[in-house]
Amino acid sequence: MNKLRMRFSKTGRAVYISHLDLMHTMQRAISRAGFSLKYSEGYNPHPQISIALPLSVGMSSRCEIMDLRLNEEVSFDDFRDRLNSSLPEGIEVLEVYEAEEKVSSVKWLRVRGTLEYDDRDVLQVLPKLTEFFERENIPVMKKSKRGLSETDIRPMIREIRFSSGGEGIVIADALISAAEPTLNPDLITAALVTICPPIAPDFASYERMEVFKPDMEAFR
Amino acid sequence: MDKRLKRILPRVQKPSRYTGGEYNQIIKDKEAVDLRVAFCFPDTYEIGMSNLGMSILYHTMNSLDFVWCERVFAPWGDMYEEMKKAGMPLYALESGDPVSEFDAIAFSIGYEMAYTTVLDMLDMSGIPLRSEGRDGLLPIVMAGGSACVNAEPMAPFIDLFLIGEGEEMDNDILSLLHTAKHEGWSKKEFLIKAAQIQGVYVPSLYEAAYNDDGTVKAYTPRDGAPARVLKRIVEDLDAAPYPTDPVVPSTEVVHDRVSLELFRGCVRGCRFCQAGYIYRPIRSKKPDTLIRQGIEAVQNTGHEEISLLSLSTSDYRPLSGLCDGLLEYCEPRSVGLALPSLRADNFSVEIMEKIQKVRKSGLTFAVEGGSQRLRDAINKNVTEEDVLNTCALAFSGGWNTVKLYYMLGLPTETDEDIVGIAEMSEKILHCWRVNAKNKNRGVRITVSTSCFIPKPHSPFQWEAQITQEEYLRRVNLLRSSIKAKNVVYNWHDAETSVIEAALSRGDRRMADVIETVFRNGGRLDAWTDYFSYERWNDAFCSCGLDRDFYASRERPVEEVLPWDVIDVGVRKSLLLREKERAYRSELSPDCRKSCSACGAAALLKGRGCDE
Ligand code: SF4
Repeated sequence: MNKLRMRFSKTGRAVYISHLDLMHTMQRAISRAGFSLKYSEGYNPHPQISIALPLSVGMSSRCEIMDLRLNEEVSFDDFRDRLNSSLPEGIEVLEVYEAEEKVSSVKWLRVRGTLEYDDRDVLQVLPKLTEFFERENIPVMKKSKRGLSETDIRPMIREIRFSSGGEGIVIADALISAAEPTLNPDLITAALVTICPPIAPDFASYERMEVFKPDMEAFR
Repeated sequence: MDKRLKRILPRVQKPSRYTGGEYNQIIKDKEAVDLRVAFCFPDTYEIGMSNLGMSILYHTMNSLDFVWCERVFAPWGDMYEEMKKAGMPLYALESGDPVSEFDAIAFSIGYEMAYTTVLDMLDMSGIPLRSEGRDGLLPIVMAGGSACVNAEPMAPFIDLFLIGEGEEMDNDILSLLHTAKHEGWSKKEFLIKAAQIQGVYVPSLYEAAYNDDGTVKAYTPRDGAPARVLKRIVEDLDAAPYPTDPVVPSTEVVHDRVSLELFRGCVRGCRFCQAGYIYRPIRSKKPDTLIRQGIEAVQNTGHEEISLLSLSTSDYRPLSGLCDGLLEYCEPRSVGLALPSLRADNFSVEIMEKIQKVRKSGLTFAVEGGSQRLRDAINKNVTEEDVLNTCALAFSGGWNTVKLYYMLGLPTETDEDIVGIAEMSEKILHCWRVNAKNKNRGVRITVSTSCFIPKPHSPFQWEAQITQEEYLRRVNLLRSSIKAKNVVYNWHDAETSVIEAALSRGDRRMADVIETVFRNGGRLDAWTDYFSYERWNDAFCSCGLDRDFYASRERPVEEVLPWDVIDVGVRKSLLLREKERAYRSELSPDCRKSCSACGAAALLKGRGCDE
């Protein structure tokens, strides 16, 4: 069987499932649904299943991409439906198809941030947010394997727009770099917290909406 | 999701253990049920979700359509701090609703070191700790589990205890509570009626009196409560509820697998082993039932391993056939089979070879005592010859790690017995030299000791525990006796054992100590990360109780014991006879060779013991 690709969402309580646990959860769900994953050959065989862009804990997504190989031939819709009835709350397969495009062609991500302001007037914050992201450089301290280092996140944000999301809530709509380099949206919050505390939210959470190729066509 | 929770979760380790939402969780409409049960496990999610009893009772309670039973676990330290800071009460995983809104709070207490966590979970829920501080009928606080065979230390906190197996009893109680809620009974009315159900112990219906020397004088029942509470069991395990669709954790837990229970009870009668007595009589499941349930559970969970549980798996008569039946399904699907609790005999090696074709994990022996005389005294029917024969077979079959478990401080133990442990390890090492095919891989022999804890309802229930100093002396003796480089010696320190010994044989006054420890910050005491010996010792002092009176005092056989009010089905005279035999280093036959009429068979109505 060729490589299957599925697009799934991870929302609600499932956003707290870590990347590693998600891999395991998916494997079990596939087996509960009555399918069997193909294993790699070799001394230390491992199941052929991978996720394009690991999602950090706490972030939700409507556009996760997972590739896998099964031992049997399946109909895409049947696979999707059976898998959906075997998944925990908050994970839903949206579409299953044969993988054609290379995962390495993923470039941009559309994310939606929910910025919560407990006791500030959102209408006053809004223009300042827009102004903040008009800067040339937005340096943030970022933890990496080699310790703390400073990165400029500005070039990784292709566009960002803010709108009111009701009482105390600002919605951020951003197009950010998904790969080479990868921007973790939490750094957007971190930038506000360190550089401009008066407009930093009390809490922010992000959701992935869509993945794109370099030419801004949706990745499938 | 609660807004506070949403803000806390990104900051704590492994947040998915605090969210619920796992596959196979049971969700009901809270408006459509009459009784909401918060099933609390006084330890972490990872431990609680590995507990088969918890999984069974979650399903049996939810099988009542007027009940919605949800799971509650104790948060780890970081989450605990965050919840306190945010002013968040303890909540149930399925609905996220605060525990204080529930009608019944049911604890499963499997070990004494969880006592402070029980108090912590009540406190985090905003529920008064002591039964007398809770006036209304609801919420009713109940507890079951093996630590409740001596209910006294927790008696002031718990409205009613469920003694024995909960599959049927829990639902009897919930049905009664259902009626009580509808008809508006008082708490007292409910408790008096509840005490009439077999297995239910309502401590407030028993007056405790003490002698001048601090020992218990009597427990006097009133309002028609029985003089002794006889434990409940489930007679037919094949017909007993077993969930083949347990909740599948979305994160790693301790035992992440399907657990099949082969039988309850144990035929061996080791004198130090509480479990061997309190789970009698012996009832087995048929292999067909187990194979069917195992396959169904793998299909419904996607687990990659089935574990066969019992107190002594080698004693399951159809073990070989059961393994064959399960392997037939498991092997082609790469599902593993695990058999903890095998005895040290050749048969076990055959079974191990069968199930571990690829991966050879270590061999584990619970030898317990260092000499044949001592093993006879504790009725542990393992000979040096058994161990060496098994090792020989295993070494020639390619195994090269052996773990040996012993207890120090068993009644009648002498220094000679301790040196015997070192001698046995040398013999095993020699055995490896003679039998190992490939010596380049080396051998690892690990000896572990823990400090013996005399437990209620076992033949050693009257014994003194050795002191911590004495334990350390014995540890050092063993340490200096072990000479070989390939033998590694690990010893558990005795601090937790001393406290556990005091708690397990405590009376009702112990509650003050437990509460004091809790008030001084004690929780999750089963974890070395949190256990504080000092905190416990300080609490004994400030409550005016002598720790050693409970831990290291030998009790005269005529003394009234705090757990005499609980009848686990085994006659006290049998325990006494076993204790006397121990002092003569006399073996007792196992139940299969000859039934010693312990009394537990009387709990069965339609069949004999071990039939
Ligand atoms: S009734 Fe007999 S066979 Fe059954 S547990 Fe007691 S001693 Fe053993």
